Amino acid sequence: MLSEGSSFMKGIALGGTFCLLLSLLGSFTPGMQSSPEDHHHHHHHIKAPTKDELQSLSDSQMVELSQRVRVYCVIMVQPSVLVYWSTAKDTWGKHCDNAVFYSSESAKALEAVDLNEQDEWAKLRKALKHAYDNAGDLRWFFVARSTTFAIIENLKYLVLAKDPNEPFYIGHAMKSGELEYVEYQSGIVLSYEALKRLVNVFKDEDKCPERGRALWKLSEEKQLAICLKYTGVFAENGEDIQGKRLFNSKSVGSLIQDSMDKKNLDVVEGCCSDLAITFSGMSPNQMQVMMFGVYRLRPYGHNFHDSLIFLPPEGSDND
Amino acid sequence: MTGPKNLESRTKHIRATWASRCNKILYMSSVETEFPTVGLNVTEGRDQLYWKTIRAFQYIYQHHRNDYDWVLKADDDTFVVIENLHYTLSKQDPEKPVYFGRRFRPFVHQGYMSGGAGYVLSKEAVRRFIEGFDMAKCTHFSIIEDMALGKCMETMGVEPGDSRDVKGRQTFHPYPPDKYLIKKPPRKRPWFLLYDYYKPREGPECCSDHTVSFHYIYNVQMYMLEYLTYNLRPYGYQYRYNPDSAETESESNTTTPVSA
Repeated sequence: MLSEGSSFMKGIALGGTFCLLLSLLGSFTPGMQSSPEDHHHHHHHIKAPTKDELQSLSDSQMVELSQRVRVYCVIMVQPSVLVYWSTAKDTWGKHCDNAVFYSSESAKALEAVDLNEQDEWAKLRKALKHAYDNAGDLRWFFVARSTTFAIIENLKYLVLAKDPNEPFYIGHAMKSGELEYVEYQSGIVLSYEALKRLVNVFKDEDKCPERGRALWKLSEEKQLAICLKYTGVFAENGEDIQGKRLFNSKSVGSLIQDSMDKKNLDVVEGCCSDLAITFSGMSPNQMQVMMFGVYRLRPYGHNFHDSLIFLPPEGSDND
Repeated sequence: MTGPKNLESRTKHIRATWASRCNKILYMSSVETEFPTVGLNVTEGRDQLYWKTIRAFQYIYQHHRNDYDWVLKADDDTFVVIENLHYTLSKQDPEKPVYFGRRFRPFVHQGYMSGGAGYVLSKEAVRRFIEGFDMAKCTHFSIIEDMALGKCMETMGVEPGDSRDVKGRQTFHPYPPDKYLIKKPPRKRPWFLLYDYYKPREGPECCSDHTVSFHYIYNVQMYMLEYLTYNLRPYGYQYRYNPDSAETESESNTTTPVSA
C-alpha cells in the first residue's frame, strides 16, 4: 500500500491545480465531452495524456498528481486454485493502493472476502458493492480475476487526467449486437462515480436484477454493461497513442506468437503496447517472471523522462 | 555460433533482435551463406563445437584483429542485452588478459565460463588464445568447448573476471529466467546450481536488473525477452536498483569460492 499525507492547504492548492489541469486537457481531448445519447454508435477511446499535455505542469504538481491517482483492486479468486491468489498477492497486487481478494467461498489459508456465492454475476455485484462500501478515499477501481496480470502504474497513467467524479468504465471494449461492454478477462476499470451509479441501480430489480438474466445466458460482463448503461455510463476502449490495446486477454507469449504468425517485419512492434496494462492466461510462474521483466530487467542507459513518479512498494523483493 | 540447420528456426530471430546492437556481428557456421554466415573449416555436430570455436576465434583474429576491444561468443539460443554487456565492461581494461561470463567451479582450478550463457574475451585474451594454439600450449584435448577454452585461458594466464553486479547478482545466465526467479522453499542446492563458482541465489536475488544474457531461448521467448527488456515498462516507476549510486557491498564481491 502506498501512503499519502497532505495537509488541508495542500489539498486546496491541489484541488485548484487539478481543475486547471482538467480545463487544459479539455481543450486537448474534444471527443470526450459528448452527451449520453451520442454514445450509442461510437466506441469511445480513452488515451493516456501526451507528454505535451503533462509538461504544462510543474514538477511538484506532477508529484502531487502521481500521488492522487489511487487504485482499489477487486481481485476475484477461485478457492480451488489457491496459487493464483498467492501469486497475485505476491506480485502485481502489491502495486495497488489497496488489493482486496474476493472468493465464492472460504478456504483454508485463503485471505479473501467470502462472498458466499456461486453465481458469477451475483459474485461480481457483491464484490463491487463491498468495494464501494470500503473504498475509503480511493477513487478508481480495477476489477480482475486473479489469472490476470496487471501493471498498475500504466493504469494510473491512463486515468491520470480523468476526474473520478465523472463516470468512466474502461477496458477492452467489445460489441455484442447493440451492446458495448468491457471484456472481463482483460480487466475492468471503474471510476468512483461509475461505481456509485452502479451500486445505486443494483437496487432496481427491473433494470438490474441480481438473478434472472441467467435465463438469457448473459455473461456477467454483459450484465454489468447493461446495468451501467441504464445509469448513463458507457464502455470506453483503453488504447495507447498508436491505438494499440492496453487491456489484453492473452499472455505475452501468445501475443508474440500471433505477431509472428502475421509475419510482421518487426515482431515486437507489431505485438503489444509499451504501456500495456493487462495480460491474461499466464501461469503463476510466468507472473513471477513478468515482475522481473517489467519492474527490473532493462538496458543500462535507456532512461525515460516520465512526468510521473511512482515509488516501489515497501517490503517487496521482486520489483 | 550457429549452423545451417538453425538459421531459419533460431538465428533469424537473433538477427531480428539483439544482433544489431553489437558493434559488429559475425554468424559462425560450417558453410558460408548470404545470411550472412562465415564458413569455417569444420563440420557440424556437438563434438565439433570446440573446433568450431577455435576456428571462429582464429578467423576473427585473422580478419578483424583491430576492430574490437572485446569479443563476445554466444550461441544461437542465447539472448543478450548488449547495453548491459557494455556497462559491465566499461570499467574493465581490454588490454588486460581477462574474460567474463557465468563462472563455474569444477574441472579448471581457476574456474571457467559457461558456454551457453555466453562469454566475452578482452583483446589481449583473444591474442593469448590464438598464441596458445600457435605454440601448442593449448590443444583440442576435449570436445567440451567451455571447459576446454577455460583450461586454455588458465594456461595462458587469462584471468576469469567477476561479472556480478554491485549487489552481487549474476548477469550471465545459462538458463531461461524462470529457472532462477521462481521462489522455492529452502532445499539442497539443485543440480543446475552445483557448478556455480560464487554462491548461487534463487528467487529475485538471482539476477541483475542489468542482466547480460539468458540461454535456451527460442523464437517466441526471444521476442518476449526483447519486449520485456526494451519495450514494456511501468510508466513513471522509480527503479530500486541504480548501480551508479549504489554502495558496493564488499561481501558480495569477493572472489573466494564457496566450499562444498
